[in-house]
Amino acid sequence: MNTVGLYVPGTSLPYRIPAGVKLLALLGTVTVLVVLADPWVSLGAVLAVVLLYILWGLAAHLWHAFRPVLLFLVAIAVFHAVFTDVHTAVRVCSQLTAVILLAGLVTRTTPVSAMLDLFTRLARPLQHVGVRPERVGLVLALTIRCIPMVAEAWRASREAYVARGLRGGAHRMVVPVIVNLIRSAEALGLALSARGLD
Amino acid sequence: MIRIEHVTHAYGDRVVVDDVSLDLREHRIGLIGANGSGKSTLARMVNGLIVPDTGRVLVDGLDTRDHVKEIRRRVGFVFPDADTQIIMPTVAEDVRIGLRDSGLSRDEIEARVDEALARHGLLEHRDHPAHLLSSGQKQMLALASVLVTEPQILVCDEPTTLLDLRNVRIITETLRTLPQQVILLTHHLDTLSGFDRVLVMDAGKIVFDGAPEDAVAYYVALMEQRP
Ligand SMILES: Nc1ncnc2c1ncn2[C@@H]1O[C@H](COP(=O)(O)OP(=O)(O)OP(=O)(O)O)[C@@H](O)[C@H]1O
Ligand SMILES: [Mg+2]
Repeated sequence: MNTVGLYVPGTSLPYRIPAGVKLLALLGTVTVLVVLADPWVSLGAVLAVVLLYILWGLAAHLWHAFRPVLLFLVAIAVFHAVFTDVHTAVRVCSQLTAVILLAGLVTRTTPVSAMLDLFTRLARPLQHVGVRPERVGLVLALTIRCIPMVAEAWRASREAYVARGLRGGAHRMVVPVIVNLIRSAEALGLALSARGLD
Repeated sequence: MIRIEHVTHAYGDRVVVDDVSLDLREHRIGLIGANGSGKSTLARMVNGLIVPDTGRVLVDGLDTRDHVKEIRRRVGFVFPDADTQIIMPTVAEDVRIGLRDSGLSRDEIEARVDEALARHGLLEHRDHPAHLLSSGQKQMLALASVLVTEPQILVCDEPTTLLDLRNVRIITETLRTLPQQVILLTHHLDTLSGFDRVLVMDAGKIVFDGAPEDAVAYYVALMEQRP
């Protein structure tokens, strides 16, 4: 589980584009693809994004970006091919592929901190209604931080379970995982206080 | 300078710190004792994580009850499990967050972060996800993140308990060379050699206070008496 390890350090062009511009480009692409709703445009977009990966030396990450959604896409393709038509299947799948790959490109070339800074700045207008923008950034950071924590709690419980020669019954792990998470959350809260961040 | 005056603390009706009074001014102070003897509870009072039921704790004359913010700035705290004190996704970010309210410019902050990372052997892991570091590196990161804010006092609650021998040595060596006053809680008794003062705690009371060798001998004898 390498959820926050998506960022690939680098210095090429996409790294120098500000995070906000990249997110806008992503948003723009989604809008165009949805509004035009044309399979050829979508396929063209997929091709263009793949070319960007290659051009920017991230070709090795294409599969990694694509793999998690592959099954999902196959299911959607089959569904549309059977219940709607092949035309729609191609359009929806290529739209999704283009957007997922482009989003992958953004996350791979933008450090989490740049993303958080952006959200902190976007939250600034909310100051007037009593929201503290740096809090928004901290909460998002903690959320990201907790993903590997949950994965680790699951792994640890799973391991202890298997080590005792038990098998199956994933539901039996729910309680130890939750206990583990509550303990971690408590300790994390204490650490936040100790570091004067609460 | 830490002053603990007749401090008592109970969880429910169970007294875990029992009328402890101490003046802590030595550079390096160890605190040892059996599991459950009240070490962590006492240590947490030094930076206001726990407020005593009765008595008071003063850091440079400031009561932890009334000056939590200022106390936290002066007293850094390191926990046994680095995994739960790293709060940001990547290595550099975790160090940086402590400087958020420092009033330093962006460049100054980056320079300080890099310096702290370099000093703790983490510069090459700058942009790596923190949870992928080794346990020893995580504990070094926890130290770096606390020390970057330049506290005057560092309280370490068993920082080496989860580490292998090599990392115990690295962390111990790091603590030894710090300019800060260090209060170290540990079950690794040999890491206390060269300390200025070692306290032994038992059932909520300080039962010995002296040189490291004597304190360790006292503690070992105490444990041997137990059934
Ligand atoms: N939050 C809590 N609620 C209730 N009891 C607690 C709590 N924290 C600690 N205790 C109890 O207080 C006693 C002293 O705990 P403390 O953590 O201070 O001991 P310690 O000397 O640090 O032990 P160890 O060497 O195991 O870390 C223990 O018996 C413990 O069970
Ligand atoms: Mg303890």
